[in-house]
Amino acid sequence: MFPVLLFYIFSLAIIASALMVIFSKQPINSVLFLIFSFINAAGIFLLAGAEFLALIMVIVYVGAVAVLFLFVIMMLDFNPDTIKKEVGKHLYVGLFIGFILFLEIILMMYSPELFSYEYQIVGNTVKTNLTNTEILGNLIYTEYFLQFQISGFILLVAMIGAIVLTLRHRDYVRRQIVSDQVARDPKLSIELVDIKLKIRK
Amino acid sequence: MVIELGHYLVLASMLFTIGVIGVFLNRENVIIILMSLELILLSISINLVAFSSFLNDSSGQIFSLFILTVAAGEAAIGLAILVVYFRNVGNIEVDQINKMSG
Repeated sequence: MFPVLLFYIFSLAIIASALMVIFSKQPINSVLFLIFSFINAAGIFLLAGAEFLALIMVIVYVGAVAVLFLFVIMMLDFNPDTIKKEVGKHLYVGLFIGFILFLEIILMMYSPELFSYEYQIVGNTVKTNLTNTEILGNLIYTEYFLQFQISGFILLVAMIGAIVLTLRHRDYVRRQIVSDQVARDPKLSIELVDIKLKIRK
Repeated sequence: MVIELGHYLVLASMLFTIGVIGVFLNRENVIIILMSLELILLSISINLVAFSSFLNDSSGQIFSLFILTVAAGEAAIGLAILVVYFRNVGNIEVDQINKMSG
């Protein structure tokens, strides 16, 4: 009974905060509600038995992605009051498309061909002493190793892309130019001067 | 009373629908659209974790991990594009992004 109660609390919080994300006027409120919904999704993951994923979720989403959003919102000082509110123009189109989409998903979910028991596939339950993290580690480093490497490469490409996009050269910032430094010739840059010494009395 | 697979699926479909509505609804702010994409990816993650839990197969959690990776990369690239756009144009209203006659 208690897990069911927790499930309903978590999912209610997720849905309410997701609605607040898209309907909130201030973008900063949207980010905070996004963080709240991610934390509640981590609770849902805990209920489903994916402990490692739940905590990774908190670390990655709340610790990295949401902070990135907050940072960008604070850095771009756009004024939300000057943005014209034209919610009404697209509200009905959005609600209509969302309603159709939700109806399709629900109808597909309750179609008897998909979820009848004769087609149900259930894997074998294996009794094991391994924790969730160990199971995921065994899978990632053996069976899904190539995909794991590719996801690391995706992160590398994303990092390089973000740096290349946002890097800009300003004229008044003096930078190190390595090729000029290496090509520097001591014969050209050092001048030896004979100095006549005077004897001081 | 137990939690069944349908509970998770209905939750994920509601979250997905809210994300899609958010993409359509917000014509004033690109950041909200990026957040709606994060909500959509979150709902897919919930689906994968629920199926992995109810089919006794851990592969779903691995794919959820990969979705997490892609979501992080997508947020980084999207926000970088947004910063560059704001630096060039000065606002981030969706309705005024029509340089490519879209």
